[in-house]
Amino acid sequence: MSQLIWLTIALPILGLLINGLFGRRIGNRVVSIIAPLMVLLAFLVGVGALFDVMGHEGEAVTVHLWTWATIGDFNVPINLQVDPLSVTMVLVVTGVGFLIHVYATAYMVHSDDHGHDHDDRDFSRFFTFLNLFIASMLVLVLGDNFLMMYVGWELVGVSSYLLIGYWFDRPSEEQTPIDLGPNTEPVKLQPLLSPSASGMKAFIVNRIGDVGFALGVFLIWSTFGTLQFNEVFAEAVHVSETMPNVIPWIAALLFVGAIGKSAQIPLYVWLPDAMAGPTPVSALIHAATMVTAGVYMIVRSNIFYSLAPEVSMGVAIIGMATAFFAATIALVQVDLKRVLAYSTVSQLGYMFAAVGVGAYTAGMFHLITHAFFKALLFLGAGSVMHALHDVIDIRRMGGLKDKMKITWITFWIGGLALAGFPLMSGFFSKDEILANVFAVSPVLWFFGILTAGMTAFYTFRAIFIAFHGKPRDLHLYEHAHESRPPITFALIVLAVLAIFGGVLGLPVFLELPNFLDGWLEPVLYALPHAAEEHHMAFGTELTLMITSAVVAVSGIFLAYFFYMLQPSIPQNLARSTRPLFALLAHKYWIDELYDTLIVQPGLKLSRAFADGLDKVVIDETFIDGTARLFGRFGGMLSKLQNGYTGSYALATFIGVIIMISYFFLR
Amino acid sequence: MILSLLILIPIVGAIVIAFVPRDQDNMIKWLAVGITALALLVSLPLYFNFQDGVSGYQFEEIRPWIPALNIGYHVGIDGLSLFLVLLTTFLTLISVISSWTAITDGLKEYMIFMLLLEAAVIGVFVSLDLFLYYLFWEASLIPMALLIGKWGGARRIYAAVKFIIYTMAGSTLMLVAALVLYVNAGTSDLPTLVSTLNLSQNLQIILFFAFALAFSVKVPLFPLHTWLPTAHTEAPTAGSIMLAGVLLKMGTYSYLRFAIPLFPDAVAYWSPMLVTLAIIGILYGALVALVQDDVKKLVAYSSVAHMGFIVLGTFSGGQQGMSGAVLQMVNHGLSTGMLFFLVGVLYEQRHTRLFSEYGGIWVKVPIFGTYFLLAVFSSVGLPGLNGFVGEFVILLGTFSVNPIAAALGTFGIVLAAWYLLTATRKVMMGPFNEANRNLKDMNMREAGIAFALILFCFIIGLFPNLLFDKINPATAQLAETISATTLIAGQ
Repeated sequence: MSQLIWLTIALPILGLLINGLFGRRIGNRVVSIIAPLMVLLAFLVGVGALFDVMGHEGEAVTVHLWTWATIGDFNVPINLQVDPLSVTMVLVVTGVGFLIHVYATAYMVHSDDHGHDHDDRDFSRFFTFLNLFIASMLVLVLGDNFLMMYVGWELVGVSSYLLIGYWFDRPSEEQTPIDLGPNTEPVKLQPLLSPSASGMKAFIVNRIGDVGFALGVFLIWSTFGTLQFNEVFAEAVHVSETMPNVIPWIAALLFVGAIGKSAQIPLYVWLPDAMAGPTPVSALIHAATMVTAGVYMIVRSNIFYSLAPEVSMGVAIIGMATAFFAATIALVQVDLKRVLAYSTVSQLGYMFAAVGVGAYTAGMFHLITHAFFKALLFLGAGSVMHALHDVIDIRRMGGLKDKMKITWITFWIGGLALAGFPLMSGFFSKDEILANVFAVSPVLWFFGILTAGMTAFYTFRAIFIAFHGKPRDLHLYEHAHESRPPITFALIVLAVLAIFGGVLGLPVFLELPNFLDGWLEPVLYALPHAAEEHHMAFGTELTLMITSAVVAVSGIFLAYFFYMLQPSIPQNLARSTRPLFALLAHKYWIDELYDTLIVQPGLKLSRAFADGLDKVVIDETFIDGTARLFGRFGGMLSKLQNGYTGSYALATFIGVIIMISYFFLR
Repeated sequence: MILSLLILIPIVGAIVIAFVPRDQDNMIKWLAVGITALALLVSLPLYFNFQDGVSGYQFEEIRPWIPALNIGYHVGIDGLSLFLVLLTTFLTLISVISSWTAITDGLKEYMIFMLLLEAAVIGVFVSLDLFLYYLFWEASLIPMALLIGKWGGARRIYAAVKFIIYTMAGSTLMLVAALVLYVNAGTSDLPTLVSTLNLSQNLQIILFFAFALAFSVKVPLFPLHTWLPTAHTEAPTAGSIMLAGVLLKMGTYSYLRFAIPLFPDAVAYWSPMLVTLAIIGILYGALVALVQDDVKKLVAYSSVAHMGFIVLGTFSGGQQGMSGAVLQMVNHGLSTGMLFFLVGVLYEQRHTRLFSEYGGIWVKVPIFGTYFLLAVFSSVGLPGLNGFVGEFVILLGTFSVNPIAAALGTFGIVLAAWYLLTATRKVMMGPFNEANRNLKDMNMREAGIAFALILFCFIIGLFPNLLFDKINPATAQLAETISATTLIAGQ
């Protein structure tokens, strides 16, 4: 099956060609069969490859397709590499991707007030783009060299751009201010960007990161003379001995790309706005798969990061800072999808903290479990939106548990997993990260555990407000209903995965089998002089695990206390800490800061160049001015054109003398 | 014979059209299509019979022209010019078809000038004799200026005069420099000059400047670029396609064909200057493009930025950069040609190119929208499409010699995304602008043109070695020339 791995990319491309070229002719029902089917087939090929790789103990198989470009000593083949890491990513992408495709076949059908269903205006365009994303993401994870990784990196960016801006003609939306009780000025919120603006923002912010990534790739080539993973990684130790500065530079530049793609500080700002896209897109691209590309990249290039401990520490610090920072914003968001978006930023931060402290397997573990439970939560949010005619403001929800049981229960499961409730998938993966972080830096661990507490709190804040208590908007509540089977099917499957996903990496210190440890070993490079792995005492590990569990449960209970038992507390608290509350509600004014410091000055500079330098100085003054000067000069010279042949002859003669003398005298 | 045929076919065609009565519009159009299609067909064997992996000229023809002065008719192509000739025959056919309904007044003269332009440009790309080359170089100006001046917009006369004076003034020094070479060597034959010339480094530096000035105006390199936006905004659609698609390449091509091999010792002296101006062009062109309110002007300034990449690759000092530069000339011709064509499709219906007149039209014109997006993606250098290959290879090649220049150039791709996606958003996205309610989507003819263009963008993007295999021998030789001289200079 490994030799057929190209099919995983070719099938979605076939799907996008059929749906893109003939979508309107074959009808939406056929479209909604073809698109998920292609991803399902790709998944099956992936499963076949999985058994292959298991069969030969993780050894990589390379499939050569064609040679892309050759110039002198620059040579890049289009090869696919099947190994434990790429197969894992293929299965996550196509597996979760398939469920989300199925979900979307129902989600992209809108029902009106009379209960009639209407397909979205550009139904086939949506599935064309969704297939494009799957193919792009697979190029990213299957390529056997840095060029293909970069190609996939850019292509997922463009798929994301197209899908965020899918409803390209929708305007930006005002948000209802947050009411802080009587006699108090409500906290105004910034309007939400329009889909087209959000898509553009995502693409451009990502491209800023991509500059770093591209330069990293260039540096790899000029150092190693190749972009092939196996050749580069094999030489890395040698290079770090002869040129000690190069590897840290490569690691840092590639990480700049990851900061953009995986939404870390300071380039995370595009991800919350990406929620303007349809919810399946948020689940697939902006939670489960694309945004984890940075984590994949670091795990793939683990040797660089192991050889650059300072850069790795930077990765861990940025990761944990992002985890903490984004969680604080999520505490007060009123838009359900944005709570989840900031939560995604925060969880990605955990993953970077993990790979930053060298716990590559833990990072991949959390990548996988997060794909399950975060996709589940987003799809749950989408199910709620579908029931409420696209309302996503939790202040207009309430009591939905009676109207949509499956969505409610599965959302709870996703919430428990995200909060790290004991024995759920997220509990094991988060705990493994926190334990590894503790071994390196207790300070970072402290921020990690605080973040865990906030995560449990904000997740259940949203759940209690949306699904429990009394309905806040009766009209909406009356019309709410459980979603159709394609939607509930995806929710149920993901819920099962969110519960049991943890079996992939059970804690070693409890003498349980950790499958991922052995599975990923072939792609992790052991350093010759590596320090002994951090082995902590059994007691420490157990204490850490119990702490995690206690923090998660307390966070959930605090949310229960705030939003179910004493609902007046949150408002009073917000009122008494108003400046802090407003700061969080406005997301620390970071978007405004970037606008003032970068976007507006950029535009001003552009205007100054266009209207001043280009038009007035260069064109009108110098160019046209020179022309005028010659015009005037020509006017004077025209007096010389007196019609006497003699004077012309004289001028010619002088000219020739000058030219000849030049050649003799030079 | 093929190369001479390629110059002759359009000239003969122009003469034939001259004898067609001017009211026979259909006959003129079909004749023009037939002639340009024939030229394209005749040019195809250049690709298929081109020998890979061989340096030196192919399809060569040498005939005495002015024997008394030892000036010959010498034509031939190598990896530098092969694809530019093909690009010219392809884009001329596209231009003729794109003018189908756009040109109603003076169609006969229009087609004649179009064909003469094709002949002159092909002449530039195949000439291997300095004077023959100069003849075609200047000859290409006249039909282009007339296309702008007669079928252009409101300020067409100003634009045409500016175009012709600016480029002519730029090339006067080149003529003087060519004369110096001729006097020195007693021949104007390029291969002979390259192999026999032995000029002092100082003279090389001066003569390089004279040549490079002419080329830099044509490219155009910052700050010599201001004629371009004016010419583009006034030119008819097909004029813009030809101008951006092939005429600008005369400049970048000539650096590689003449300036570098004739004056190898001057390259190291001028490279820093040219690289600096190229980088400024990349960033400056992008920033200025960002705030344009006319779609065509935006594309024009984007050309300044894109051509900057080509100059950067040319003078980055490595073979990767040079091969990338040659490829990028073709890429820019295809993607910018396509953008100009698409803007023309809108202009023909709405007679305006202001962003404020559009908005949300993707709903109304889905086929147009898809092609517009693809053209934009090709232009911003998205992988899978052509622009990526050129930019990536140029920047990669530049990086190993000059990481700072590469970093600044790479930053240019962020700005490219900014202005092109802003344009996309203003034209196609956002709430539907009711002024466009009668807008019609592309017809078969228009969609066919767009499809042909984007098809090649994909082919180049996915299989660039189809081109590199033929380009590389020529750039390898050039790179060797330069590195050899820098080594000597360094001693």
